[in-house]
Amino acid sequence: MKDFFAKLVAIFIGIYTNLRSMVMVASHTFRKRDTIQYPEVKPYVPPRYRGRIVLTRDPDGEERCVACNLCAAACPVGCISLQKAEQDDGRWYPEFFRINFSRCIFCGLCEEACPTNAIQLTPDFELGEYRRQDLVYEKEHLLISGTGKYPDYNFYRIAGLSIAGKPKGAAKNEAKPVDVKSLLP
Amino acid sequence: MLRTGPLHAARAAMITWFSNHPEVVDAIIASLKALVLLFGSVIVAAMLIWVERRLLGVWQDRYGPNRVGPFGLGQVVADMIKIFFKEDWMPPFVDKPAFLIAPLVAMTTMMMAFVLVPVAPGWNVAGDLNIGVLLFFALAGLAVYAVMLGGWSSNSKYALLGGLRSAAQMLSYEVFMGVALMGVVMETGSFAVNDIIAYQGAHHWFILTQFFGFCTFALAAVATTHRHPFDLPEAEQELAAGYHTEYSGMKFGMFFVAEYVGVVVVSGLLTTLYFGGWHGPGAESHAWLGFIYFFIKTFIFIMLFILLRGALPRPRYDQVMAGGWKFCLPLALVNMLVTGAVILANQGG
Amino acid sequence: MAIIHVDGKQYEVDGGDNLLHACLSLGLDIPYFCWHPELGSVGACRQCAVKAYRDANDKQGRIVMSCMTPSTDGTYISIGDEESKAFRASVVEWLMTNHPHDCPVCEEGGHCHLQDMTVMTGHATRRYRFTKRTHQNQYLGPFINHEMNRCISCYRCTRYYKDYAGGTDLGVYGTASNVYFGRETDGILESEFSGNLTEVCPTGVFTDKTHGDRYNRKWDMQFAPSICQGCAVGCNTSPGERYGEIRRIENRYNGAVNHYFLCDRGRFGYGFVNRKDRPRQPLVKRDGSFVALPPDEAVLHAANLLKSAKRVIGIGSPRASLEANFALRTLVGAENFFDGHSAAEGKLVQKAAKILSEGHVRIPSLRVIEQADAAFVLGEDVTNTAPRIALALRQTARGRQTTLARDKHIAEWQAAALADIGQHEKNPLYVASVDATRIDDIAAQTYRAAPEDIARLGFAVAHAIDATAPAVSGLDEASTALVKTIADGLLAADKPLVVSGTGTGLESVIDAAANVVRALQAKGKHVELSLVVPEVNSMGLALMQAAGLDQALEALKSGAADAVVVVENDLYRRAGKALVDAALKNAKVVVADHQMTDTAQQAEVVLSAASFAEGDGTVVNNEGRAQRYFQVYDATYYDPKVTIREAWYWLNDLRAQYSNVASEWKHFDDVSIACEQALPQLNGMVKAAPNAQFRMHGLKVAREPHRYSGRTAMRANISVHEPRASQDADTALAFSMEGHHGTEAGDRPSALIPFAWAPGWNSPQSWNKFQDEVGGHLRGGDAGVRLFEPQAHAAVKTYFDAIPAAFTAKAGEWRTVNLHHIFGGEELSARAAPVAERAPKPYVGLNPADADSLGIGANMLIDVALAGSAVRLPLRLLPTLPRGTVGLPLGVEGMAYAEAGATIKLSRVNAA
Repeated sequence: MKDFFAKLVAIFIGIYTNLRSMVMVASHTFRKRDTIQYPEVKPYVPPRYRGRIVLTRDPDGEERCVACNLCAAACPVGCISLQKAEQDDGRWYPEFFRINFSRCIFCGLCEEACPTNAIQLTPDFELGEYRRQDLVYEKEHLLISGTGKYPDYNFYRIAGLSIAGKPKGAAKNEAKPVDVKSLLP
Repeated sequence: MLRTGPLHAARAAMITWFSNHPEVVDAIIASLKALVLLFGSVIVAAMLIWVERRLLGVWQDRYGPNRVGPFGLGQVVADMIKIFFKEDWMPPFVDKPAFLIAPLVAMTTMMMAFVLVPVAPGWNVAGDLNIGVLLFFALAGLAVYAVMLGGWSSNSKYALLGGLRSAAQMLSYEVFMGVALMGVVMETGSFAVNDIIAYQGAHHWFILTQFFGFCTFALAAVATTHRHPFDLPEAEQELAAGYHTEYSGMKFGMFFVAEYVGVVVVSGLLTTLYFGGWHGPGAESHAWLGFIYFFIKTFIFIMLFILLRGALPRPRYDQVMAGGWKFCLPLALVNMLVTGAVILANQGG
Repeated sequence: MAIIHVDGKQYEVDGGDNLLHACLSLGLDIPYFCWHPELGSVGACRQCAVKAYRDANDKQGRIVMSCMTPSTDGTYISIGDEESKAFRASVVEWLMTNHPHDCPVCEEGGHCHLQDMTVMTGHATRRYRFTKRTHQNQYLGPFINHEMNRCISCYRCTRYYKDYAGGTDLGVYGTASNVYFGRETDGILESEFSGNLTEVCPTGVFTDKTHGDRYNRKWDMQFAPSICQGCAVGCNTSPGERYGEIRRIENRYNGAVNHYFLCDRGRFGYGFVNRKDRPRQPLVKRDGSFVALPPDEAVLHAANLLKSAKRVIGIGSPRASLEANFALRTLVGAENFFDGHSAAEGKLVQKAAKILSEGHVRIPSLRVIEQADAAFVLGEDVTNTAPRIALALRQTARGRQTTLARDKHIAEWQAAALADIGQHEKNPLYVASVDATRIDDIAAQTYRAAPEDIARLGFAVAHAIDATAPAVSGLDEASTALVKTIADGLLAADKPLVVSGTGTGLESVIDAAANVVRALQAKGKHVELSLVVPEVNSMGLALMQAAGLDQALEALKSGAADAVVVVENDLYRRAGKALVDAALKNAKVVVADHQMTDTAQQAEVVLSAASFAEGDGTVVNNEGRAQRYFQVYDATYYDPKVTIREAWYWLNDLRAQYSNVASEWKHFDDVSIACEQALPQLNGMVKAAPNAQFRMHGLKVAREPHRYSGRTAMRANISVHEPRASQDADTALAFSMEGHHGTEAGDRPSALIPFAWAPGWNSPQSWNKFQDEVGGHLRGGDAGVRLFEPQAHAAVKTYFDAIPAAFTAKAGEWRTVNLHHIFGGEELSARAAPVAERAPKPYVGLNPADADSLGIGANMLIDVALAGSAVRLPLRLLPTLPRGTVGLPLGVEGMAYAEAGATIKLSRVNAA
């Protein structure tokens, strides 16, 4: 008998909680809408939002990308492909750099992997196209003229590779080249 | 333009013939009414797609579809265009005849149930049918076949499981659905829907005397339409889309619309059986007023259906069965006994 | 056998090894730099430190270098000990203080041993705040890029280059932390094995320059197990492909053949695959120029062409696979199938094949060559004809150190101690050659003479060993003394070795080599005979025993045959231009080749055959080892117009149309099996690699590393709609990163390892993980199947007795001799730009005394009458060339065909 009443109480509590849920949900009728009416109202997008990918330039205006392939390796959907080439001055650069945005998931791993801060994600998310083929971006679509989020970084000032205007020993923290013929300790 | 002789004569002959055979005129008028009701119900069902999405949006602090046409009403048209032009693909492994019949059964049974619902004074098809609400049970029972056939013929394990669950669920809930309604029938002393409405107009709404009957009937009605929280036959998390997993295009659309027709029918029945149908101040003299009362009452139930979906979690399958057999059935039986006792007591007194 | 205890666990090891070797063989990871299985231990880098304990109760322990500590019974060590871990972390941090911030722009990145070891030891952040020492780089030629800043001073490069490969021009300069590894001045690295520096160097000091222009990371390449096409040794390679180009050849370990090293021809000579002028679609000649046709139409056209002929013959090729040659043989019939060697060469190769396949002699693999303790090189310039054998012979000579050390109970991995003991002592190496060779520096005796005299020397040595061998009369005193020295040296050895081959173009040289071997066998010696043949599948083609090319050309010329199908062969390299022109002039010519050769230019139909990179095939190396190479990539994936198919596939289609038979071969295995069944002498070739049905744990073996990038973008410029990955119905390999990647023991066949990679080991050092013992054999057995094995006690008692007469110089007449060139001397690699850069221009070589007699000096032009045509060539003075002979560089681009042993006239060009 005790069990029966306990069950009865449980049933009433159950009915009550269900009804309460319904009332609570119904009360949302009079709440403020959270939806932003997008095309008319532009949402606020933070500066580090992960949207359209760009290739930036270093403070001297040269391409930052050295075609090291790390972004491509990090990309979980394999939507980045590029080919390394070398300029006459010894700089590495991508002969082509292709991102298939129809595959991109905007995870930002490419940006994390990039050792030269070249590849960056921007707050532009309006990438819609009517033809999928138009979502394949080549280097000319990706390369911008600015430095993006990192205004000061220049990889070649730190790397040991010599390029025109920066011979061996001229990079940051580098000593002058060793004179092999010297016997001084 | 001159009236030519023979035509004029034929017209006169027709009028004569019709005035000699008033039952034919009645039949034609009834048929027209039935057609109006049929299309009306389908259109309302289709509109429910939009209503449901808007309402769910409202309860989730969103707007819901508001882009196509005024208030997003064009969404219904867009959805229909989409579903009509979608490739109607039949998987090669299905049992073709059964696979084809299932959505038809779903649609027709639910639409046929609408014959019972008087939407306004004089506006129904089978209001005086002496088996009345029993027809609804019969049709609701038939509707199980839609789900079972769809589930079995799909030859897919999700669909089959969905079909099995549905069959068990419907069987269980039909039992006390009938019992729950017996209170109403006993009070009225008739199965005919029009009698039930007339009784409520003359005395009181049955919600007052048959509250528990209403509760159990309402639960069973939700279960009959596979609406949330009784949507176990198509529980997404476990069964993909349940019995209609393999359906696409308009065949899926028929299942989809049948569900909404079911919602309309069941809401209409709840109104009719427990909330006085089209009754309301001045409805007897003005049929259109009756229709408005009916519409408002029904719409409140429809909204309740949607609120259920927006608010309640889905119970486990065993909980559904237990709730049906161990709670609702005893409650309905007790309700019937008490009703019978009260009626007997009243007659005795 | 010894029991060692590592971190509380017992292992059974070979007590003769050092601890590092033993632990790596057990699969335990100890970081290391300066140690290399082939170079031994010097204990220079201090990276392989572990904690050693006196016994089980010693809790204190002391840090030792595992590479310098023997794995004696009862050794207790700990690799995971905190103190030794900290020690190793410090060592790598010190090594990294001067390492430049280069990884993104370093060609080593991604397969860098230094990266692997740094990750393994856990060093991540540079704490050293002071400056980095820098170095200037050097130009080291077209093969090797130099970037000295990256050096960690492990000394592996000089130990390999000087000690192992015998190079003289790479050294170490400077003192203390300023040491510099390079040449005295900028210049091309002279060693023919310099390419191995790229794999020996644990970091990016020496990198592959041929790859640098079109560089990509190792993880981005599609690999396949392949066989080098450069010579008959059949070194195992891993060609890597990206965007439809072969980008790099890496060494593929084979414990019996090339183990860790390749020659530069093999490593850098892959460029012919990427040439723009290759036929990539079937071509049909219309009005004198080629038009690309769809494959079906082209085959139909070729079939109609052949149908209209009264007799169709086929000319095979020593650079085509067994399957391609067999498909041709099936198409035209055995009686119409001809050898693709030049007529003279064909005879020699068949002779060599006969001697080796009869089962009377032991045939050494490269590994066995290295273990010999005396060698007699008779006539063959191995550095240029089979370069990897020359590197092995250097180890033969160097083996003396090991013998001496063994007497003093010094372990053979003690590299520095071995060098001290050995000093300049070497195992005897006797080199008889036409001109000076690149292994003369390690030779105990050299003999330079015309081929006839070389043969006589060989016959005489055989006679000196066993008196029943035919004697040579008329030897001068010096030669007689030399003969005695050589005979005594070979008799004194435990495992003597004779190396000869087809290089001199004289059959009696091979006879003489066989005689020496038989004489040594008669004396009960365990002797090995290595015969060098010219091309990758020369041995395989010789085993097919086709009639000589001269008969084919004669038949075409006379009109007895009026149509010819040539497979992967340039006839202009095999016979005189006039003869080939005459033969092809009236014939209907169908060529299946992957290069636009002069012969292909003459063809009516050119079928775009696959090179080693686009097709599968089986080739037989000079020791009779059948080895399978696998398709690296599917060219059609990048360009749907491209129709490159294996030659056997084209010929099978052609046969279906030509003979109106149903095509019976659907897949590679079908033709391979048919070939073996039809030719019993090739029995075993099918087992060279597992068939297409083979699976590892239900998976095909992946051609791509599982980090392969850009799959959804590399083709997106063609179409954003990605096609299905290419399917490979012919092999158990998949054109994908999906599939088996493991290194585990037992059932992984070595023939199916496309590239070396193991978790944490991205560099070529990861071969450790595939070997039964580090530096030993692969766990699945070394790849390839020997088609003929020597039968025990089957030595023949008979000797060859066709001793040629001594060569005598005649005034005004010159005997042509072949001069071989590692770069430019081989058809395919010469078509690769970096190799072409190192290749000689056409020339004639003369002894300076002979040049004086003609009154001309170096680089002056000479008129040479060759095979009926006169050519004008510059003179090169060769002081060691025998008098009366004229040296002609064999097969060099621009050289007309010249037969060795011909007598020609030379005349100086009078100033016009």
